[in-house]
Amino acid sequence: MTTVHERVDTFHDNDQKPVGYGRMLRKEDPRFVRGRGRFVDDIRLPGMLHLAILRSPVAHARILSIDTSAAEASPGVKAVVTGAMLAEQGLAWMPTLSNDVQAVLATDKVRFQGQEVAFVVAEDGYAARDALELIDVEYDVLDPVVDARRALEPGAPVIRDDLEGKTDNHCFDWETGDEAATAAVFARADVVVSQDLVYPRVHPAPMETCGAVADFDAVDGKLRLWSTTQAPHAHRTLYALVAGIPEHKIQVISPDIGGGFGNKVPIYPGYVCAIVASIVTGKPVKWMEDRSENLISTGFARDYIMRGEIAATRDGRILAIRTNVLADHGAFNGTAAPVKYPAGFFGVFTGSYDIEAAYCKMTAVFTNKAPGGVAYACSFRITEAVYLVERIVDCLADELGMDPAELRLKNFIRPEQFPYTTKTGWVYDSGDYEPTMRLAMEMAGYADLRREQQEKRARGELMGIGIAFFTEAVGAGPRKNMDILGLGMADGCELRVHPTGKAVVRLSVQSQGQGHETTFAQIVAEEIGIPPDDIDVVHGDTDNTPFGLGTYGSRSTPVSGAAAALVARKVRDKARIIASGMLEVSVADLEWDKGSFRVKGDPGKSVTIQDVAMRAHGAGDLPEGVEGGLEAQICYNPSNLTYPHGAYICVVDIDPGTAQVKVRRFIAVDDCGTRINPMIIEGQVHGGLADGVGMALMEMIAFDEDGNCLGASLMDYLLPTALEVPDWETGFTVTPSPHHPIGAKGVGESATVGSPPAIVNAIVDALEPFGVRHADMPLTPSRVWDAMRGNARPPI
Amino acid sequence: MQVPAPFEYERATSVDHAISLMERLGSTSRLIAGGHSLLPMMKLRLASFDYLIDINDLHDELGYIEAGPGEMRIGALTRHRELLESATLTAAFPIFADAERVIADPVVRNRGTLGGSLCQADPSEDLSAVCTALDASCVIRGPGGAERLVSMEEFHVGPYETAVGDGEILVEIRLPVRPGCGSAYEKVERRAGDWAVVSAGAAVWLDGGVISDARVGLAAVGPNTTGIPEISAALRGQEPSESLFEQAGAIAARSCDPATDQRGSADYKRHLADELTRRTLRRAVERARS
Repeated sequence: MTTVHERVDTFHDNDQKPVGYGRMLRKEDPRFVRGRGRFVDDIRLPGMLHLAILRSPVAHARILSIDTSAAEASPGVKAVVTGAMLAEQGLAWMPTLSNDVQAVLATDKVRFQGQEVAFVVAEDGYAARDALELIDVEYDVLDPVVDARRALEPGAPVIRDDLEGKTDNHCFDWETGDEAATAAVFARADVVVSQDLVYPRVHPAPMETCGAVADFDAVDGKLRLWSTTQAPHAHRTLYALVAGIPEHKIQVISPDIGGGFGNKVPIYPGYVCAIVASIVTGKPVKWMEDRSENLISTGFARDYIMRGEIAATRDGRILAIRTNVLADHGAFNGTAAPVKYPAGFFGVFTGSYDIEAAYCKMTAVFTNKAPGGVAYACSFRITEAVYLVERIVDCLADELGMDPAELRLKNFIRPEQFPYTTKTGWVYDSGDYEPTMRLAMEMAGYADLRREQQEKRARGELMGIGIAFFTEAVGAGPRKNMDILGLGMADGCELRVHPTGKAVVRLSVQSQGQGHETTFAQIVAEEIGIPPDDIDVVHGDTDNTPFGLGTYGSRSTPVSGAAAALVARKVRDKARIIASGMLEVSVADLEWDKGSFRVKGDPGKSVTIQDVAMRAHGAGDLPEGVEGGLEAQICYNPSNLTYPHGAYICVVDIDPGTAQVKVRRFIAVDDCGTRINPMIIEGQVHGGLADGVGMALMEMIAFDEDGNCLGASLMDYLLPTALEVPDWETGFTVTPSPHHPIGAKGVGESATVGSPPAIVNAIVDALEPFGVRHADMPLTPSRVWDAMRGNARPPI
Repeated sequence: MQVPAPFEYERATSVDHAISLMERLGSTSRLIAGGHSLLPMMKLRLASFDYLIDINDLHDELGYIEAGPGEMRIGALTRHRELLESATLTAAFPIFADAERVIADPVVRNRGTLGGSLCQADPSEDLSAVCTALDASCVIRGPGGAERLVSMEEFHVGPYETAVGDGEILVEIRLPVRPGCGSAYEKVERRAGDWAVVSAGAAVWLDGGVISDARVGLAAVGPNTTGIPEISAALRGQEPSESLFEQAGAIAARSCDPATDQRGSADYKRHLADELTRRTLRRAVERARS
């Protein structure tokens, strides 16, 4: 394993280079910057109808009656469908990704504001939308469960009375680590610090909302579904299992996707409604939710109420971490996580530190809020885990009077300890933390910043420096441990080289902006020596790509990236045999020189991969036993997750008069192993850091006491703009993954995971003169002002 | 798709044409200028009208900034961007540029209008606070071309309610120009382009080093954007000083009536009323002196 520490990218501009890794302009961008992208809402089929969904105005109510007659009579309306009508077909309920069920259209009760109650299909979207106003639903409003802390109180209204014998709002319990061993360590520790923390409910809010166009052909029995999905193959299988349409008669197409962030992993009732509507009407049907529908009804993220405890020696040796979590899962358990991981990968809450013991106990509850749970670039709850550990380590530093950088450096897992098994059973593949941390401190000018802070404090100015060091776990499977509803988390990949030496690679993963068409072309190019521009990347269409579990949890490069590299090597192996025939030497006498095979000792004698491709399809003889063509396919089952890490430092200034926070600087040093396209990596990091500013300072899906969603528009649910973010300062180190074929680790979510604790730590640090040890997100001016006055309160 | 309920639409060709359309169509009609408040309300179906009368073609008639003797006249259809970029206006009343820089974003400012902002009468609206600070008056034209002049205090009847009656249209805003004036605006927002948590506008008139008049307008601290006469009374005849600004801030804090919401707690908003009153008065005095 080699570790490289560099501030400046030494990769050359790949646009000037024929093959391989490096900075290269994104192949997909010309169509996006020219407005030629093709998104779900751009799909227009002949005779297509439009679907609009009527949603519940209240959080909890029994449906007494639904009168659709006026809507049916409305001009242009073709069909009005209610839950009762779906129930007759056995389609009123569908499975969630967490083995719960969710109503497609409510039959008995509505369980959150925004829940689907009925739908209208009409000739155009306006007629459909107007007809919704004409549906008369009579509700018997029930008391809602809004505060997760009160969900398990005796006498709390039971939300899930659809479940046989259910008498409370308990969703699940989960624990990890060793309770007794952890208690023993805590009992003998010099110092114990505990802190309550809330990671409030936030929303991924992709620019493109969710939607689908369903086209069921009654003659050939085939369903074509264009939908906003991050996991087209998994969706196809689930539709086959739920709707009873044979899997080979379903084609799921995920065209250009305008951002996912986890929001487009689940199957939403709207997709199922569009399918039903197409079957009922015999026409293609489009459903495209509006912004408010997206914010109030689709997969939220976080909503963890946590108590963190940390035990240490007086000289700053961290001994154990313990946490108790109350998880709000909303009305249905719609968490998108591997089945055996109901709390996602929250188990990595021990962070980047070598400790003696750890324990977590979690209780999840149902509330009258939208379902979801794992979404928003969180690497399956690692966002919450990293926030917990990085916040509580800062609380410990405060207690010990130690510099937070020094405390972290003192407790890092050391490079020689890898592969490192944590006290909760995770095997970190590789890491070299100190150089990453030192680089971030050097880029930040850490010592100078602390001096500046001292001077400013003396003048009454508020400046804070916050550090977060994270270890991520990305790239789910392996399949034996990780599955979604029985589908193992492994990815297929196919590579076909055409006679003229151009190639097509077919992926199971689907890009929502990650730049797959470029990165995967580069991965294949590096292995097989065909320039990236000559490699077409096909993805997002189940009829034209091999099976795989999709893009989320930063798994594309760790899983499908490995598949792409290995399938290219498989093709290269075959090419080598053909080349040996062409050059009339044995395979062992050939050496590979990125794009051509040369005869050892006779460099003038060589054939290019393009020559080989033509021979593979040509009229000439091939070596004994070699079939024509130049292609291969594989399915890659990862042996472990990959564990990227990073050191983030944030500098904030706070106006003492208005309590407004200005993020002045943000230094992000990421180690994602081998770097394929540094420009794309930086883009991913920039986006994730902006996400972090949003969550730390302004984003929250709040509810009033009646369960009304207070974040139902982008006027109410604030996303950061360019004016709230500084110029990002990025750096990197390279610690390759030992088990990944090209040593890559995945980076899509690192910045979203790592930035919120860095920003909160900086704000708390700035408020040190007020004796503040913790303040919960979102740190709006009002909430910062409360903290300054000793009134820091949880947001929920 | 967020779409309004069905409505009919007509483009007015003159102010009098717009008034005659309103007279004919009654209260189910509504004027649309920039549309950046009205259309979102209609798309969210919080508002619904049978008829929209588009007055954007009247920009020649209603889009102007004219400096006259003793007063500045601004047409109601003058766009935010024109207010921001007007050297004449900025020279006389820098408070406008202060405010316009923090109103929404360039897309909204290209389209939104002064008259639309005032007529929307949102309690968080910035230009209402600006006009209140500058002691503006509003020219309202009605059927038959009759015009009446109302002060900002009279103009604002309640949240989202103004003195503009059925069949009437706000055509002009008049700002008195007096010597020795300095003005400033400050806004605290959770994010660029958001509505104000609280904002404050202040105008000060100095005469021989003494405050001859001063006005403060606050936004987002109560159901109405109104001036605070007690501040004016406390400042008049005094020499500007930090303790005087503090006194004004304290009056602002106790005179306003903010509510706790997602933007902040009532206590915090009250604090901001104080803080921003002091800051804007301080800057207004600096500007009046320079």
